[in-house]
Amino acid sequence: MLIKTENLWKTYNMGGEELHALRGVTFCIDKGEYVAIMGPSGSGKSTLMNLIGCLDTPSKGTYQLNGRQVASMNDDELAFIRNKEIGFVFQTFNLLPRATALHNVELPLIYNGTTAETRIDLAKRALEMVDLADRMMHRPNQLSGGQRQRVAIARALVNNPSLILADEPTGNLDTKTGVEIMGVFDRLHEAGNTIIIVTHEHDVAQYANRIVHIRDGQIEREESGRKRAA
Amino acid sequence: MALQLFELREAMAMAMAAIRTNKLRSFLTVLGVLIGVSSVIGMVSLITGLNNSMARQIESLGSNVIYVSKYKPGIVMGNRSSDERNRKGIFFEDAEAIAANCNLVSAVSPENSYWRWPSGNTAKYEKNEALRPQITGVLPTYESVNNIEMAEGRFFNDIDVHFRRMTCVLGADVSASLFPGLDPIGKDIMVNDERVSVIGVVAKRESLLGESMNNFVLIPYGTFAKLYPWEKELWLACRAQSAEVMPQAIDQITELMRRRRGVAYDKPDDFAVFTQETLMDQYKKITGVIYLAMIVISSIGLMVGGVGVMNIMLVSVTERTREIGIRKAIGARRRNIIWQFLIEAMTLSGLGGVIGILVGIGLAVLINAVSPLPAAVSAVWVMIAFTVAVLVGLVFGIYPAYRAAKVDPIVSLRYE
Ligand SMILES: Nc1ncnc2c1ncn2[C@@H]1O[C@H](COP(=O)(O)OP(=O)(O)O)[C@@H](O)[C@H]1O
Ligand SMILES: [Mg+2]
Repeated sequence: MLIKTENLWKTYNMGGEELHALRGVTFCIDKGEYVAIMGPSGSGKSTLMNLIGCLDTPSKGTYQLNGRQVASMNDDELAFIRNKEIGFVFQTFNLLPRATALHNVELPLIYNGTTAETRIDLAKRALEMVDLADRMMHRPNQLSGGQRQRVAIARALVNNPSLILADEPTGNLDTKTGVEIMGVFDRLHEAGNTIIIVTHEHDVAQYANRIVHIRDGQIEREESGRKRAA
Repeated sequence: MALQLFELREAMAMAMAAIRTNKLRSFLTVLGVLIGVSSVIGMVSLITGLNNSMARQIESLGSNVIYVSKYKPGIVMGNRSSDERNRKGIFFEDAEAIAANCNLVSAVSPENSYWRWPSGNTAKYEKNEALRPQITGVLPTYESVNNIEMAEGRFFNDIDVHFRRMTCVLGADVSASLFPGLDPIGKDIMVNDERVSVIGVVAKRESLLGESMNNFVLIPYGTFAKLYPWEKELWLACRAQSAEVMPQAIDQITELMRRRRGVAYDKPDDFAVFTQETLMDQYKKITGVIYLAMIVISSIGLMVGGVGVMNIMLVSVTERTREIGIRKAIGARRRNIIWQFLIEAMTLSGLGGVIGILVGIGLAVLINAVSPLPAAVSAVWVMIAFTVAVLVGLVFGIYPAYRAAKVDPIVSLRYE
């Protein structure tokens, strides 16, 4: 079992008023699964994603990633986990504007001490996987939205993480490009990666083999993705 | 907080990219550092040059020359006291007395200069003219006391002095202006409208503090006394037997002079006895003050520069919270972020330092080219200036870097 959360709470203190973004989320995700988290805006999807991605720690509850308790880790340990175990893909791509595609993909390797040679090698391979080998030296502003998101996916992949997290990865793309990107995730899943994708679009959620609906910070129900329902 | 090499390279590359995208802003930011550093390099080069020139001067004269004069040389602040103004001069007889009585002094050279009022002395040969040369009457001892090296001809002998012969020995500059490409020996020149014959030329000497030491006409002391009989006050240069007996030789001369001038035992000297070293010490005091002033000026520049760097780095942190969030999301630790911004600040101020050093070296070259002052770039100070510039970035980068490290990735990555 890759992920195991138990009764996760996240409470924000908004000027004396408590805002419960998550109220007791309990679920498990196995290695190799492709899970979509669905829900309306403000339901707590991103908050849950941040907890799973170790960008944040829960106010209450436990979270085990690969058998390790995350809730009690300090900043540096979390940074280490993010670097090694998790690959993030964001709605707004979040590439470094001044760096080339290649350098953007290299970045996670820089923070774990990979030597320059290996780094470039791995980054090139990751870019090849998302069909961007010919755009390595381009900067983000020289790339289309779909290409930028593919660079972001390559960056998420490059460290060979246990888990790829994508928060509304098609939110800023037109439908056709969105389908292309979902195709990339499909390929990654087939290659054995574990993927969690956050979306509020029904069509996008259907790519997953498991859909978790959340509302008001709680899991409402689960269903199987239509495309893959065996 | 160990910093790994590849991290350093990454941070430097990103810093250069950031500086390139904001060229003007970066330049304005480091202007303070630039000015601070260039003024240090410029002034230190000047002082180094003067020091070198001074040291070479002392070396060429030898370290065992003792001067006796009415006043101590140097800058006089305000008016001299009436006691000082009423001092007796030093006269030719004092030279004779020292030569006769001070056994640690091997030779005495009385030297007396004339300055034609108001426009200075002239020296002419046909249509050629030398620019306001110094005219000095000397004895044959001048040659050995002042370590004179002849380029051509000979120096004066006792006969020249005794018979007040109308002969002269030229400084290299005077010889060059009067006799370009000609042999000066035996030629008659007009010195302040008196005809004198050239018997020798002194080899070119190092200029001192930017002043030429080669613009002079020497004439025998007897001749000088005949031409300018009213010029009686002079100064003495005495050579001690050796450098080791300098203190005793100075004591001998001082004792003799006090006796000759009737100075009471409880009164201070009413004349000056000094050496090149005392001149050097005095000069060093002045340069010490200059160094101090320079350090103050450049510190202000560097402080201003540092605050500028801090300000711009804080702006940079605010502009790049998203970048910081991204870096943290993909695994950067606090120390990675801190180092990145510290290195960026150091790169910025270090760049200002490098430009400042280049400007300072440019200043030194300019001083050499357009003024007679010597300037020599000091490698040690170039290193010090660069290090200080980088340190300014380090110190003033700490707070912005700390702010950067505190950025919460969740907040900075939230898309609204
Ligand atoms: N850093 C925060 N501070 C305060 N409130 C927050 C913060 N992050 C999220 N929230 C609140 O928590 C709730 C869930 O937010 P989020 O997880 O971003 O929802 P979703 O991604 O499903 O749209 C929202 O009401 C949001 O305003
Ligand atoms: Mg969201």
